[in-house]
Amino acid sequence: MARVQLFSIAIARSGDKGAGSNVGIMAKTPELYEFLAANLTADVVKDYFKEICLGEVTRYELPNLQSLNFILEDSLGGGGTETLITDAQGKVHGPGLLHLEMDVPDALLSAA
Amino acid sequence: MSSDKIVRVANAQGFWGDSLLGPLRLVEEGPVDYLTFDYLAEITMSIMQKQKMRDPNAGYARDFVSMLSMILPTCKAKGIKVIANAGGVNPRGCLEAIEGVIREAGLSGFKVAIVEGDDIFDRIDELVGSGETFANLDTGEALSTVRDRVTAANVYIGAKPIVEALEEGADIIVTGRASDPSLVLAPLIYEFGWSMDDYDKMAAGTIMGHILECGAQCTGGNYTGWRDVPDYANIGYPVAEAKADGSFVITKHENTGGLVTVETVTSQLLYELGDPENYLGPDCIADFTSIQVAQDGENRVAVSGIKGRAPTPTYKVSMSYANGYKILGTLCIAGPDAIDKANLLAEMVFKRVARHGVDIPEEDRFLELFGTNVMYKGLVPANDQPHELMMRLGARGEDRKALDVIGTEIVPLITSGPPGITGFAGGRPRATEVVGYWPALIDKEKVSTSILVREV
Repeated sequence: MARVQLFSIAIARSGDKGAGSNVGIMAKTPELYEFLAANLTADVVKDYFKEICLGEVTRYELPNLQSLNFILEDSLGGGGTETLITDAQGKVHGPGLLHLEMDVPDALLSAA
Repeated sequence: MSSDKIVRVANAQGFWGDSLLGPLRLVEEGPVDYLTFDYLAEITMSIMQKQKMRDPNAGYARDFVSMLSMILPTCKAKGIKVIANAGGVNPRGCLEAIEGVIREAGLSGFKVAIVEGDDIFDRIDELVGSGETFANLDTGEALSTVRDRVTAANVYIGAKPIVEALEEGADIIVTGRASDPSLVLAPLIYEFGWSMDDYDKMAAGTIMGHILECGAQCTGGNYTGWRDVPDYANIGYPVAEAKADGSFVITKHENTGGLVTVETVTSQLLYELGDPENYLGPDCIADFTSIQVAQDGENRVAVSGIKGRAPTPTYKVSMSYANGYKILGTLCIAGPDAIDKANLLAEMVFKRVARHGVDIPEEDRFLELFGTNVMYKGLVPANDQPHELMMRLGARGEDRKALDVIGTEIVPLITSGPPGITGFAGGRPRATEVVGYWPALIDKEKVSTSILVREV
């Protein structure tokens, strides 16, 4: 088991969805997808983004794309056109999620 | 029709303001049958509506027309057709401008078509009278809360009228608020003779459009594996090679920069995605959990297996409304104690504004100290003693003049407050209008589209 940032096992992209954002994350291998599907829950993501995402987090699974999609409600300081914050479209929420550290089995890491 | 026929669709514009190099290079650097252009974001329609109010001939993407004059000779020579939602709130104005540039360039033999019927700004009250509520799709609020402040209202229409224009032989097709993926789906319906009831095919074309709609975002742009991407400055715009069975390959032209891999394409599939099994569009409901993606050679990704269902009986409507004003000014602050100094400066501004008799309520004030983890708040540890930071200070409100007073009290901080304040650029900030976005639905029966084709 090694503690790694998600950068080393996944890629991500995010964008705005009304007053919230979506964060899509794709695992680098099918085994890592199974790991993320089991461990990167909506609760984990909500807790991680708790200072940014004031609403609920919903998770969707796309096993065909080795990907998870998270909807972060109320995460842009208001709507996309109304907010004054720098990242008004949630463009950095994807890279932000990749800073999350998780304990990943060594066998999965060697294949990444 | 041969089953191995390939139709090449390239998207040259991901948004209003995307690089001119997209279209200029795509028509020169390799094979393309259809060039699509996506100009319209939610806020764009409102800006164009305002331009049209000031000048009845305006209200469309003017830079599309000037760009067109540069690529039309090549399009003519190579038989490339152009489909763009550049018409904004004035497709007819756009049509006349296009006719103008074709003549000015000494060209002829073009059929130019426009699609109309998406603009319901003048029909809102009639439609409300006929039972459309236009309740806010996100919040459920009634339209009456903003009705008198609505500045634009457009329906996200589908591929059908674009297909009709292609059947009329159009070389250049300009729409108003057509849904972005429909610009890409329409030529496939036309070329392959797809039935619009064949929802797997509609979903395939829709998802192909979703991948293409942000231009270089599927060829290595905005990719978290960016260190693997070669030659960003020369990044190739995407080209999709579609087949009659609904499968397609995403690629880019030879000798361009960027990267097309399962990862770069999947990144774009995930962009702005909601519920993946229910991707709603005017032409179908596409199921993103059915998509199969595989590497098919260098810079080639094969996409297949896409499933779709019948669309809903409603179209999405995008309305915008005047929602007050905002102002934002910036100053750069050097350490030591940069954070303490920034907080003092912000306090000074609002106290001095109060001396002018302007009260900005606490909840309308905005302060962001860029350099203290404002983008990654709580995600990574913040630097509690940054050597430099940027203060972004402003407010929201209904009173434009009151907000402008804040703009007068930002520069004086350089000489009146703590030391090490610099980097003021761009003149005194002024309040700007806030455009509110109001998504809603409309019964498809209430919307009728039409095309107008002219030969130049």
